[in-house]
Amino acid sequence: MRQRPVDDEAPDRLYMITGGRTHADESAFDTVSLIVGECEPTPGMQSEHVKILRLTRRPMAVVELSAQLRLPVSVVKILLCDLLDTGRITVRHPSAPRSAGRPSPELLKEVLVALQNI
Amino acid sequence: MPSRTSERAPLRATAADALKIVVVGGFGVGKTTMVGAVSEIRPLSTEEVMTEAGVGIDDTRRVRGKTTTTVAFDFGRITLTESKVLYLFGAPGQQRFWYVWDQLFSGSLGAIVLVDTRRLQDSWYSIDRLEHHRMPFVVAVNRFTRGPCLDAVRDALSLPPSVPLVDCDARLRHSGKDVLVTLLRHLTTWYAPAQEPPS
Repeated sequence: MRQRPVDDEAPDRLYMITGGRTHADESAFDTVSLIVGECEPTPGMQSEHVKILRLTRRPMAVVELSAQLRLPVSVVKILLCDLLDTGRITVRHPSAPRSAGRPSPELLKEVLVALQNI
Repeated sequence: MPSRTSERAPLRATAADALKIVVVGGFGVGKTTMVGAVSEIRPLSTEEVMTEAGVGIDDTRRVRGKTTTTVAFDFGRITLTESKVLYLFGAPGQQRFWYVWDQLFSGSLGAIVLVDTRRLQDSWYSIDRLEHHRMPFVVAVNRFTRGPCLDAVRDALSLPPSVPLVDCDARLRHSGKDVLVTLLRHLTTWYAPAQEPPS
């Protein structure tokens, strides 16, 4: 497995970024929840929050934010919780059921047809 | 269609519903190649970090004393409709990856197990775990060399007849697309409301 920067400096850097918090409310964000910025960054805002608000002028999935910010997915979720709590972002959740339940036949058909046409 | 060379090709402003499909396979089997072949963006990579205690980072002293597990994975995306976008994840099938399955990939529509016939044993564990998670999947043989025929592969992997098994060339967009279409057809049967999914 290749080493990436996060591996080397993880504890201190991630501790600073998250202010020592350990979890986001896991149910608040899926890996592919689409995040939409609702305001421009303001002076004095934490730099990661600024980056997120810039990246989410168009919808962006949590996992893409994670890749762009070079931060683990769970750390990005913690940062997003702050922005959600203060109304600076909105979230478009996936419609597919997360655990129990099954995707509707209509959804599967729609995906199948779209894939046939790519 | 967005440029495939730009990492930053943004989603449509109307994008509202993202779906997940996971490509699982051993190291070097061609997961990232397959994701890249069908993705509208160049594959991105990121990672998830876990400590013994679960998700995230506690306090720095405790973290130093703990085993921190990092799982790296790649992904691409395909815009399906005005509102729907499909994320395609390339994920390693090794043991530690399955610790983050629920955290990252619950709610996936299904999975593709990408197989190299020279290292079939790499796929056994992934297939076992997908069955454990009741995640429907198809198996795609990435043809590096001629290798054994599909029937022999099915035997070696003890795949039931209900699981689709196909050849592919992970480098080719149309081949990756065919595998995705095979998976979606399989999902239509698997999730059919008239019957319980096979156990």
